[in-house]
Amino acid sequence: MPSPEPATEPAAEKPAPPRTKVKERPGDRIFSRLSTGAGVLILAVLAGVAAFLLVEAWPAIIAPANEIPGGEGLVLYIWPLLFGTLLSAFFALLIAAPLATSIALFITHYAPRRLSQALGYVIDLLAAIPSIIYGLWGFFVLADATKGPTRWLAEHLGFIPLFAGPPSATGRTMLVAIIVLAVMILPIISAVVREAFRQTPRLHEEASLALGATHWEMIRMAVLPFGRSAIVGASMLGLGRALGETMAVAIVLSVSGGVTFNLISSGNPSTIAANIALQFPESTGIDINALIASGLVLFAVTLAVNMLARAIINRRREFSGAN
Amino acid sequence: MPTSTPERELDLESPIGGPPLVHSTLPRWAPHITLATAILAGFALFGIGISVGLSAIVVVLLYGVAIYSWSRPVEGARKAKDRVVTAVVTSTFLLALLPLVSVIITVLTRGAARFDITFFTHSMQGVVGAGGGAYHAIVGTLIVTGLAALISVPIGMLTAIYLVEYGKGKLARAITFFVDVMTGIPSIVAGLFAFALFALFFGPGIRLGIMGAIALSVLMIPVVVRSTEEMLKLVPNELREAAYALAVPKWRMIVKVVLPTALAGIATGVTLAIARIIGETAPLLITLGATTGTNFNPFDGRMATLPVFSYYEYVNPGIPPEPSLQRAWTAALVLIIIVMVLNLVARLISRLFAPKTRS
Repeated sequence: MPSPEPATEPAAEKPAPPRTKVKERPGDRIFSRLSTGAGVLILAVLAGVAAFLLVEAWPAIIAPANEIPGGEGLVLYIWPLLFGTLLSAFFALLIAAPLATSIALFITHYAPRRLSQALGYVIDLLAAIPSIIYGLWGFFVLADATKGPTRWLAEHLGFIPLFAGPPSATGRTMLVAIIVLAVMILPIISAVVREAFRQTPRLHEEASLALGATHWEMIRMAVLPFGRSAIVGASMLGLGRALGETMAVAIVLSVSGGVTFNLISSGNPSTIAANIALQFPESTGIDINALIASGLVLFAVTLAVNMLARAIINRRREFSGAN
Repeated sequence: MPTSTPERELDLESPIGGPPLVHSTLPRWAPHITLATAILAGFALFGIGISVGLSAIVVVLLYGVAIYSWSRPVEGARKAKDRVVTAVVTSTFLLALLPLVSVIITVLTRGAARFDITFFTHSMQGVVGAGGGAYHAIVGTLIVTGLAALISVPIGMLTAIYLVEYGKGKLARAITFFVDVMTGIPSIVAGLFAFALFALFFGPGIRLGIMGAIALSVLMIPVVVRSTEEMLKLVPNELREAAYALAVPKWRMIVKVVLPTALAGIATGVTLAIARIIGETAPLLITLGATTGTNFNPFDGRMATLPVFSYYEYVNPGIPPEPSLQRAWTAALVLIIIVMVLNLVARLISRLFAPKTRS
């Protein structure tokens, strides 16, 4: 920031040395203050999110256990929700991360060069579709489509706890929520990874091809190592998005509470975000405070995940050979 | 392409004591014919009553196995693996297109039923069962999104200007980092923030249009900052220096030189940011509530918005549920059209008014 000049300096005075500092005009001062203020305001908003949530959550934090919904205290109220959130986001990431990496590879290294940008737009369109539409789609289309496969899973792979069953008759299972989440975070991960792959030093690629590597070996030895930290960072970003996704889960999932790893039954743990969306409009008093407390937990988790993700991505930016 | 004349092959295939110097490759049309055969087999399976999804999986597997077992003896293991990986990577891309196509087809077919004049000219005031429309919700969405843009664009642009033109040291680095982190705030948390902010002053029953706008701007500001920042960085330094050389003060240089040069890119970024928040449901559910009548005043009472309208029509359908569900899908269709048009407009802006100068 430029330091303000003393205002007492007379403007008409002829400068003795050939170079003096230009007098700072009021317009300059206002503009620089304004833009700095906007930047600081953003930091203030982020701090404000935490502060206001804490203030509104406080009554629930100090309330006696039997006043919290469920009657067993705040921790036991939030824990199953947090479990559902982590479970759905983790499996969504497990599906989306390899797929997104592969899609990014296809767009940058397999698709015809002229098509590559257009294909990128197409994948970005997946991110543009509002989450409520994914929710409706998951409920009316995907849930129906998974009824057959889940029955098969329960029959043949029922020994795995994830598919213990009994399979849900409506199809509104954790599995469907996970697939919808995976579809939603796919473009986010893919966009970041794509950028990293695009920046792979051309010479590295050509050197490995010149040494006789096949296309795949070139990718494995030049492109993937270069993009590794971007893949990790992008996955964390996707994880953050999946943790906080609300409407799609709220619509798709049939909730019964409880903690279970069973992905295909009709009894599923809800997620924090979906629970807020479902309960908030009908809640009053301490219930609202409890919901805000769960929101605060969600905020803390996503903030941690996002900060880690950004730190990883920025590290790559600073130390990669591309610049 | 190696020739297949026997005498040359003899020469290079076994030079004295060493490994062969050439290897044979499959003909260029090999992948195509294999794929065509696999797809034909898939159609045959589909014909005898196996589901589309299963047939598609069989096609992919068939192609992978066929190309591998053809390539392996001719070209060797490495090349065969390469061909299989190509098949896998391509099919994951096609797999990702599947939900996109399915979502669009579903919304189009189910939303078409109520895509009529009434839907755009009537509210839900006093409507039970069939009929009614989303006029109130469309108005609400436009007002709330407009307000959010009005809040976010100046703040976002000024922040970006700070970061590019003024910012140095710790503060700038902190802002860059936390803007990035802010893009990951869950939308529902933004809604809770706006609610907590207003509930502190007006009590927990408060539902206002402006609350929704504030929640949305928390989501929109970081997007605007990032895109504007990228665009400002593209403005060549020579332009700035030329302006300085003419003794233009810094703020006029920014307003008259930097911003006009980057304007198209900034407009693209803002349009995309609007497209991103216009479909947000969760924060509006918390801050706006829902209503059946048209409300033009964001500072007084509940407002309906398209996503929330769609959600409530789905959650609380009447009896029979069909008219409600049809309205929900049509609202989704309108929403998807708005988002797609905004995306298209953004691409057009960036295409038509592309930065005239590139460093």
